[in-house]
Amino acid sequence: MKPKFVLGGVVILAALGYMIWAGVTQSAVYFVTPSELQAAPVAGKAYRLGGLVAPGSLKWEPRTLELSFTISDGKTTVPVRHHGSPPDMFGEGRGAVVEGQWTPDGYFKSTQIMAKHSEEYKAPHDAKAAQSRQLLKTLEPVK
Amino acid sequence: MIPELGTGALVVALLLALYGAVAAPVGARRGRPVLVQSAQHAALGVFVIVTACILLLVYAFLTFDFSVKYVATNTNLGTPFYYRITAVWGALEGSIILWTWMLSAYTLLVVLRHRTSARELYPWALTVMLSVTSFFLMVMTIAAPLFARLSPVPPDGRGLNPLLQDSGMITHPVALYLGFTGFTVPFAFAVAALITGRVGDFWITTTRRWTIFAWYFLSLGLLIGGWWSYHVLGWGGYWAWDPVENAAFMPWLTGTAFLHSVMIQERRRMLRLWNLALVVMTFCLTLFGTFLTRSGVIASVHAFTQGAIGIFFLSFLALVLLTALALIAWRWDDLAAQGMLDSVVSRESAFLLNNVLLVAAAFTVFFGTVFPLLSEAVRGVKVSVGAPFFNSVNVPVFLSLIFLMGVGPLIAWRRASLDNLKRNFLVPVAIGVVAALIFRVLGVRSALAVLSLALTVFVASTIAVDLFRATRARRRMGERALPALGGLLLRHNRRYGGFIVHLAVLVVAVGVTGSQAWSLHTETTLQKGQEAELAGYRVRFEGLHETQESNHGKVTGFFTLTHGRGAGTMLEPAKKFYPQEQSPIAYVDYRLGLVDDIYLVLGDFAQDGSTATVKFQVNRMVSWIWIGGLVLTLGTVLAVLPERRKPA
Repeated sequence: MKPKFVLGGVVILAALGYMIWAGVTQSAVYFVTPSELQAAPVAGKAYRLGGLVAPGSLKWEPRTLELSFTISDGKTTVPVRHHGSPPDMFGEGRGAVVEGQWTPDGYFKSTQIMAKHSEEYKAPHDAKAAQSRQLLKTLEPVK
Repeated sequence: MIPELGTGALVVALLLALYGAVAAPVGARRGRPVLVQSAQHAALGVFVIVTACILLLVYAFLTFDFSVKYVATNTNLGTPFYYRITAVWGALEGSIILWTWMLSAYTLLVVLRHRTSARELYPWALTVMLSVTSFFLMVMTIAAPLFARLSPVPPDGRGLNPLLQDSGMITHPVALYLGFTGFTVPFAFAVAALITGRVGDFWITTTRRWTIFAWYFLSLGLLIGGWWSYHVLGWGGYWAWDPVENAAFMPWLTGTAFLHSVMIQERRRMLRLWNLALVVMTFCLTLFGTFLTRSGVIASVHAFTQGAIGIFFLSFLALVLLTALALIAWRWDDLAAQGMLDSVVSRESAFLLNNVLLVAAAFTVFFGTVFPLLSEAVRGVKVSVGAPFFNSVNVPVFLSLIFLMGVGPLIAWRRASLDNLKRNFLVPVAIGVVAALIFRVLGVRSALAVLSLALTVFVASTIAVDLFRATRARRRMGERALPALGGLLLRHNRRYGGFIVHLAVLVVAVGVTGSQAWSLHTETTLQKGQEAELAGYRVRFEGLHETQESNHGKVTGFFTLTHGRGAGTMLEPAKKFYPQEQSPIAYVDYRLGLVDDIYLVLGDFAQDGSTATVKFQVNRMVSWIWIGGLVLTLGTVLAVLPERRKPA
């Protein structure tokens, strides 16, 4: 091997190593539960917060597109605010993972709510199915 | 009845595959062709049985035989006819049988094509292919039984995942798996080369078309996956660096490196070890992809399935890697390069750099994908790196690769003289620079977009300059322009097929660049009759309508789309309510264009239909990505045509 090629290889590896290191430090997202987050919240750090959407906590304001709810792990809760429609498969009493940051004002600002696509489906809750059917009936057809 | 019949048949297929895997090499070593022939018959038997099993499964789906657990899980009485067929590969067990079926088909084709032409390597290649087939048959009979019985038999099934009830789901897995399994063929011949000690170029020339074939389908699978993500998932994007996508992308990267590095070996007798390593890596990554997708090891939006399957795949992966490493160590002395690199400025160097970058990209994708696992194991904290990581590391790598795509095919072998560089690159570089200035003047603000587009123009110019010169040479011989061009493409089909594939990559690159730089989106709640405006497009909310389809209820939103003064068209995004689902599924409506795609997703709505929230996107240049897929197909067809070049 000629020294030029060795040098080139070293340069490429060094550049790659640097890019990976910089990429990891800049885009690391920490997976936490509400208890872990509340124990030591760091404002401005990127988190992925997972838990249950607490029943009765969901508020959706269509005109301003403001969505707020609390994520709970049974022990602690974290208030979350999000800008945008609630995604499909999102609702009270269901698991959700939100990505975003803790703010100094005492709430979690979500930039993304993860929808879960499963290939294997659980049997429907009859109540829910009935609800959606009722929902369908209340809609008036377009003339 | 069907569960027992199916399981029994699969066990017979497994025994046949194991027998063939042993008989072929024993027959070859002892000089008993009868044994090799019996292994061929075993391969045929495996193919016939696996085909029969798929048909049996299709039959079970069509007749709603819910005694088969897989059928009950993935269909219900309301599932439309044609989704009952695609449901066959809608989940884990079924996709494994699809994989196995393709593998057995490839094995049979290898038998038909190579049983006389590649005498020495062939029995061992057959062994490898049958061994891999055996592994998948074991998965289907032991780890994730395809024909598991469900008892008591339920009156109705659970139903197919609504997101998979789409035409993209017919073609996407089929193309992807044709690509994945296709790489088994070059891998099998590489192992055969190592075992027999014939590590020269024969295995590479033998498998060239197989590799192109596999690579093409893998590319197509990735593109169709992007299309599915784009028009079904409703987030307006086509690639999210999701582990499942990465799983298919990694073998594509190493496979692309392999496609290029074999040319260096054919021409300069270098990189023997590297090529073997690449093909082993690519094959392992196809297995790793399935492991990643199907074991649920990394919590992904796609992969939930848990079970014994993870251990199975990991063990097999380890076995393959160790065997390959041991074989390479055994043949180490035969793998020394015969040629030498002469100069940094040469085609060999360009190809080598292309390989280093592709493998580096594969490594970063691998690293980013398994990073949560690593951090959890090492530091006890689960940390993931998302799209920003993959973009920041890979964008510079991909831009460099595009640049090399212009340099590689034209630069001289061994050592490029200044004259050669000037002759080939002066005009394209000038055109690229001018293009950069024009894009800048036209108001392209992002420096990255300008660089990417200018590089694309540079590469396109190198191809144009080359074609122009070659056509001119033929015209001087008295041919007319078009026949000259046609003759050129057909006579040097391998070279120009490659060029057209490069063009396809450029078209995709323009699509990716444009969509990243210029797409716009907004989200708003509209009252009946109210309008939203984005980039000159206006949508007016006309109302909601409720209907009942065969297996779901549907609420459709009606939106009139107008642009300028033209008459409006109606867009009808909807929400579908599947009874087996706890929440609705969005159904996107869109108008595709060469530059602008209008993309509308219905969000939340008032129950009386008076207001609706809508996501409204103007996505730019996305269609170029799909057009790139068509160009890719043309180039591949040209590249695999029999060579018509006469010996000089």
